[in-house]
Amino acid sequence: MKTVNTKIPSIDGNGLMHGRPAFTDDLTEPNSLVVKLLRSPHPHARIKRIDATKALALDGVELVLTHNDFPRNSFTRAGQGYPEPSPHDKFVLDEYVRHVGDEVACVAAETVELCDKALELIDVEYELLDPVLDFEQAIDNPSILHPEDGICEMFPIGFEPKRNIAASYHMEVGDVEAELAKCEVVVEESFYTQAQAHAMMEPHAVNARLDFQGRLVLISSTQTPVHVRRILSQTLEIPLSRIRVIKPRVGGGFGGKQALHGEMFVSAVTMRTKRPSRMVYSRKEVFESTYSRHPMRFDMRLGADKDGTLRAIDCYVLSDTGAYGEHALTVFMVAGSKVLPLYNKVNSVRFHGHVTYTNHTPAGAFRGYGAIQGNFALESAIDKLVHTLGLDPIAFRQKNMMKEGETSPIFAIMGEGTEGTAMTMDSCKLEYCVNRGIELIDWKKRYPTKTSKDSIRRGVGMAIAMQGSGIPYIDMGAATLKLNDDGFYNLMVGATDIGQGSDTILAQIAAEVLECGMDDIVVYSSDSDLTPFDTGAYASSTTYVSGNAVYRAAQEMRAMIIREAAQVFQVDPDAISFDGKTFASGAKTITINELSNRLYYNEDQKQLVATGSYVGHKSPPPFMAGLVDLDVDVETGKVHIHNYVSVVDCGTTINPKLAQGQVEGAIVQGIGMTLYEDARYSKRGRLIENSLMDYLMPTRLSVDKLTTEFADSYEDSGPFGAKSVGEIGIDTPPAAIANAIYNAVGVRITSLPITAEKIRTALREKGQQS
Amino acid sequence: MKVTMTINHRQRELDVAPGEHLLDTLRNHHILSVKRGCDSSSCGVCTVLVDMKPVLSCSVLTARVAGKEILTVEGIHDFVETLAGYMGHEGADQCGFCNPALALTVYALKHEIPHPTLDDIRHYLLGNLCRCTGYQAQHIAILKCLEECA
Ligand code: FES
Ligand code: FES
Repeated sequence: MKTVNTKIPSIDGNGLMHGRPAFTDDLTEPNSLVVKLLRSPHPHARIKRIDATKALALDGVELVLTHNDFPRNSFTRAGQGYPEPSPHDKFVLDEYVRHVGDEVACVAAETVELCDKALELIDVEYELLDPVLDFEQAIDNPSILHPEDGICEMFPIGFEPKRNIAASYHMEVGDVEAELAKCEVVVEESFYTQAQAHAMMEPHAVNARLDFQGRLVLISSTQTPVHVRRILSQTLEIPLSRIRVIKPRVGGGFGGKQALHGEMFVSAVTMRTKRPSRMVYSRKEVFESTYSRHPMRFDMRLGADKDGTLRAIDCYVLSDTGAYGEHALTVFMVAGSKVLPLYNKVNSVRFHGHVTYTNHTPAGAFRGYGAIQGNFALESAIDKLVHTLGLDPIAFRQKNMMKEGETSPIFAIMGEGTEGTAMTMDSCKLEYCVNRGIELIDWKKRYPTKTSKDSIRRGVGMAIAMQGSGIPYIDMGAATLKLNDDGFYNLMVGATDIGQGSDTILAQIAAEVLECGMDDIVVYSSDSDLTPFDTGAYASSTTYVSGNAVYRAAQEMRAMIIREAAQVFQVDPDAISFDGKTFASGAKTITINELSNRLYYNEDQKQLVATGSYVGHKSPPPFMAGLVDLDVDVETGKVHIHNYVSVVDCGTTINPKLAQGQVEGAIVQGIGMTLYEDARYSKRGRLIENSLMDYLMPTRLSVDKLTTEFADSYEDSGPFGAKSVGEIGIDTPPAAIANAIYNAVGVRITSLPITAEKIRTALREKGQQS
Repeated sequence: MKVTMTINHRQRELDVAPGEHLLDTLRNHHILSVKRGCDSSSCGVCTVLVDMKPVLSCSVLTARVAGKEILTVEGIHDFVETLAGYMGHEGADQCGFCNPALALTVYALKHEIPHPTLDDIRHYLLGNLCRCTGYQAQHIAILKCLEECA
């Protein structure tokens, strides 16, 4: 039976559409205490005095916790492997508050209403401090976000809190200045990217209880259950063995649930009161008090010769991590490491910069993870260079971009916070992606502009992108297969399904190896007591890393059952043939059902369990070409997207429909970032767009058509040839759309989002110049 | 106070607090298919049908639906089963948080416009946000479902 590379429906879609209780807050214990947080109304302040007497006097208010109630252990909420590349600059509660929405106190009460009342009754006296609200003015600003003692970096990341620097980095291949001086043409441009909100449909939620053994059991909407367990243990000083973290179905994450959110608070409440507790973030809290994407400034310089040979790339990045340095270094590094190798033939490349603290909502992991920001800057700058040279953007890319069998020195130099891993591109169908993309969008007929009607100008634009597949030598995934009587299997994986369909594709991999049906594999994922270790759903690691672990476990299980069948027939295992259902040796046969019933009830009794684990030795990048066909209305500045073409090389698609879903969801999220989404702050440091009403996202009418195809590609090191596909889709829209707008109307917008207003203003300025 | 209404074809008398919203009433009574996604009446994941019309249960007081007929996905099993098949075929379900509300809205659409065009579908479902799918696969699945099951 063939299951890999077939369009099998997801294993959970039907049940979830039926509304079966499966998400965190569906699984709350009745009579749980409601936990809520008092949040700072100020962007920067010190708590001089906090008095909860009145709140505690309310009948039904169980507990109020302030910074005096927690051990002073600094940690990071980032939800990464240990030791983390993010600075330990956070305390569960602190005497300082560093952004509007930062945590001041924690209340537990019988009802939501009582909680709200109690929050109002807590009396706090703040000493207001000057906020740092402009990340370009943050370094060496007299106002310092983290003056406190007890914070640290886990290894050198360029952490200089007294200068408002969370991390910094510098690398250079060759001598950029010397190389640029030799180039016939040099273009320079600065690009800005904004804070995008994840806006997953399920708000962050978590609940806790003590089980019958007195252990703390959390159900959490998280991408990283084992990291949550470790960080809780380290910070609240609860032995790791006394904590169980269960991830139920998760209503979207996109990186926003990689970090810890309410876990510390429900744990503290349940440990103290011995009662179950629950926390569900309001949408306002999701906006103000979780994460956004890191806003960045890129100062780009590209140098080339007139014949279209790209010779040097220089890239300085300033990144805004907000109040805490979660993912500060790594997101910033990915803006270089998963972008710059696209043009691997340059003689010299430099990537350097700083990540600053500001009094904004912290930034964190978000699908694309720096690559989308870097891609906007590099792929916009490339088009600018191409136009300066008077060349064709397709031909220029085809000449200078990464090809199969090639490499880039950047892979060895830049990793996630540490050194990287050298690798050659054993699978890279980028050329095919570009060629197929221009066919699908009819580039030759449409480039740069096609007919215009009245005020409407139609144009096409494109960008290429790459991502990674897991973090080599760091992120480990493991899987366990258990054979049951009657011959079906449990597949237990630490990998974290957050809606991307990993339970389904991992079962497909197991089913393919064991040649059984999907119904014969029962998947259970992400329960720290029951499933093996896995770092979690991030860094595009699940298909490649966890998939390889499943592949290994399934191979081992296959060998085991064949050995058992050989034992039955008293023959050598090599003499056994197995088709997933029946073992045969000559004329003798036994089915998997018979074999397993024999193993558990009758003879040679034993439990068969196989575990596989995998840690990558490289991170094979998926590649793609993104091309867009759009209209710009020169009177209103409005952009309308007719067609967005994606041609993706992610190796084998384990499930082509689910892979397409990953790409299309990411494309539309990327289009949102390009055209509308913007979490902006008022002059006083308050988030303006803090509801789904104010925060503009793509709707069902935003794009006429998505055209998505996959290149025929096979990555030898991946399970059945697969690479990752979760993030790559988000990277191209900003540059492809910016390039198409330039092609349509001749203005280049260098800051995201590209609003109608920015286009109109640019057109007006251009009109005045000419 | 007591409010009587029909929920999923069954007459129920429920104890509700004054000022209580239908979303909370339903979830308190363990009808957990109805989700909360926002606090500004703008995501649609709390949609239920009140007398066959899609309504945001987070924004309607339970007292206001006294005597009315409420439907959640628990009350339209056969239709959900059919639609889920089409969605699964198109790979149109991801996290599934938006899907019960989506199914209900499609059910209402089917009754209002028996042969909808793609554009009818896109407009009718405008209030049902989904952050995962990019929408197109949902639309294809819904169109096929309504064409083939009309
Ligand atoms: S919960 Fe968002 S519209 Fe009702
Ligand atoms: S599938 Fe996740 S919100 Fe629609």
